[in-house]
Amino acid sequence: MLREIRPAMVLLVVLTAITGLAYPLAMTGIAGAIFPAKAQGSLIEKDGKVIGSALIGQEFKDDKYFHGRPSATLAPDPNDSTKSIPAPYNAANSGGSNLGPTSKALADRLKQDVDKLKAENPNAPVPVDLVTTSASGLDPDISPEAAHFQVPRVAKARNMSEDQLNQLVASNTLGRLVGLLGEPRVNVLALNLALDRAAAK
Amino acid sequence: MTVTGWLQIILYCAIIVALTKPLGWYMTRVFNGEKTFLSPVLRPIEAGIYWISGVDDKREQHWLTYTVAMLLFHVGGFLIVYGVMRLQAVLPFNPAGQGAVAEDLSFNTAISFITNTNWQNYGGESTISYLVQMLGLTHQNFLSAATGIALAMALIRGFSRASMRTVGNFWVDVTRCTLYVLLPICIVYTLFLVWQGMPQTLGDYVEATTLEGAKQTIAIGPVASQVAIKMLGTNGGGFFNANAAHPFENPTALSNFVQMISIFALGAALTNVFGRMVGNQRQGWAILAVMGVLFVAGVAITYWAEAGGTSMLHALGLTGGNMEGKEVRFGIVASSLFAVITTAASCGAVNAMHDSFTALGGMIPLINIELGEIIVGGVGAGMYGMLLFVILAIFIAGLMVGRTPEYVGKKIEAREVKMAMLAILVLPLMILGWTAVGVVYPAAVASMANAGPHGFTEVLYAYTSGAGNNGSAFAGLGGNTFFYNLTLASAMFVGRFFMIIPAMAIAGSLAEKKSIPPSMGTFPTTGGLFVGLVIGVILIMGGLTFFPALALGPIVEHLAMNAGNLF
Repeated sequence: MLREIRPAMVLLVVLTAITGLAYPLAMTGIAGAIFPAKAQGSLIEKDGKVIGSALIGQEFKDDKYFHGRPSATLAPDPNDSTKSIPAPYNAANSGGSNLGPTSKALADRLKQDVDKLKAENPNAPVPVDLVTTSASGLDPDISPEAAHFQVPRVAKARNMSEDQLNQLVASNTLGRLVGLLGEPRVNVLALNLALDRAAAK
Repeated sequence: MTVTGWLQIILYCAIIVALTKPLGWYMTRVFNGEKTFLSPVLRPIEAGIYWISGVDDKREQHWLTYTVAMLLFHVGGFLIVYGVMRLQAVLPFNPAGQGAVAEDLSFNTAISFITNTNWQNYGGESTISYLVQMLGLTHQNFLSAATGIALAMALIRGFSRASMRTVGNFWVDVTRCTLYVLLPICIVYTLFLVWQGMPQTLGDYVEATTLEGAKQTIAIGPVASQVAIKMLGTNGGGFFNANAAHPFENPTALSNFVQMISIFALGAALTNVFGRMVGNQRQGWAILAVMGVLFVAGVAITYWAEAGGTSMLHALGLTGGNMEGKEVRFGIVASSLFAVITTAASCGAVNAMHDSFTALGGMIPLINIELGEIIVGGVGAGMYGMLLFVILAIFIAGLMVGRTPEYVGKKIEAREVKMAMLAILVLPLMILGWTAVGVVYPAAVASMANAGPHGFTEVLYAYTSGAGNNGSAFAGLGGNTFFYNLTLASAMFVGRFFMIIPAMAIAGSLAEKKSIPPSMGTFPTTGGLFVGLVIGVILIMGGLTFFPALALGPIVEHLAMNAGNLF
């Protein structure tokens, strides 16, 4: 058995060097050369400044923008580092609410959000994704129903016609891959950028 | 439930079945030491590795030596992971300036990664540096996966050989698995993932100013290279805290679908390797059929439960299923399917938060792990776990007809059955034992995030996931405490190695036995009766052991939910 000690040490070091250093570093070099923008995080720039990533959701609160889903991400409390405070769309600390199907806290929050949305648009059923938090807290998408639901509010804030906005949502809706995989969705940041462009015209 | 949803599920199953045979053929060649199309490139590297580490690739090992070699290898692996976590503050590739990881969390994470569990008490982007992600986690993702497959190969050789004292060479099996199977697939896979939008960079976290003018710090890193092996090796420990739900760790519906395929691919192929090695591929298909029946049943229940939603959503007039803790791009079906796959295999990656699943939807992942993760299972671990149940089923069949049971030409005798029982009993001991402590010890009770039966399920899930080496979580549980870091580490360690040692003892004892040709009285192990019998044994064993605990957790929560109770 003693003769197994040398392989245990040397082989471990060699395989660690291959899989833990050579492989990730080589892949970083190759991926950076073939897909430079994606390897850096699909960042979007506007006027030379990074405004976010195409894949990462960001918080929208203003009436003139379409809003994303609620986010349950947290950040350390600046006053007491052992505690956490809500920090929606914190892209340096992803996570979900982890509240279960019999959680009173979840039921209360849902009721509050549903009531608010019903007041905003009483004519359509509230889409479920617009009041539930995502798993990552960084969901970049909402369902097409959730986007159309917000059209009256945005139209009023922007003084634009609802027809024009509904068209904008439709042209920013992504379908299922080959009609099968995934779910229809609208990227909120992309939609709002398109909205800003349309409003500027 | 929708037709499109079921079509996604059927397509998934079809692809796994289609991959089983070619991958099984390739892996059989690799582990028999035969030439493959990659040999011209890889053989010189392989020979160089043996030369420098003093391995004689012609010399095989007794099962005990094989096991000791595996354990020695893990001592070193543990020290590397623990070391880089403790020292990350002074090591390179740390652009976010992460400080040293605490002792108990480093200990937990090191045990977690050498046991192929990859439980996340660490916070990914908020806790560990790029160097730890690569040198600590990515490297153990490879080696713990290679170890699992090597052990399965040793047990398969036990069945396929006759009158031999050796079961293979651990160093050769691990090296060949890494070089010929895992690395080539991961290189192609990484590029695919980056193409789908996954970052692969050593650059700093990005400071963005959002459209509304707020500051957003976006964590990035060498994600794709780690995710590739995390899925292929059924490791499951995330680069980010939110794991495969994070848009950078799973950007599209296609990346999600391919990730699901890569969880099952190698495990399913091992059933075919088994069939080929024992000289009859139908033996492998019969085992895959057992796995397939249990898998589809689990998917159907979870999909039905999640699509149905919860009573609190219904009360508010919200339709469209339980979307709390799920991502829009995956929706109900891909989230449900992923949850069942990741727990059937011992992967543990999640693309939705299991803690927010409906009571019954979240119970299926729990059951999958408690049955021993033998539905395809972890790479290698699922195969040897399933063979333990097969031994038990064959033994019971033998008792029924009063004949010494035999399987693929090997007599199954007292020693094998005793060892199989020892290995199978490890799970309930760790899961139920520690859960009992966790729900009464005050410091542990404080970690529960949800009240009522759901809090109990969080604790039960944690030890189930740890002992089963799965790594997924009801993540609300605050697991990064001294108590959970240590007790979960013990569950992971015992759950992995105290299952491996009896399995290896069986491998050794089987290899020494003579092979006997099938006769008129041999129970055929390629037909529906055998498949049904094994399924029955798995469900009865699992049911007898875990039903009381499930009744206290998800079952009572389901009843409470329907009665409109909140906690």
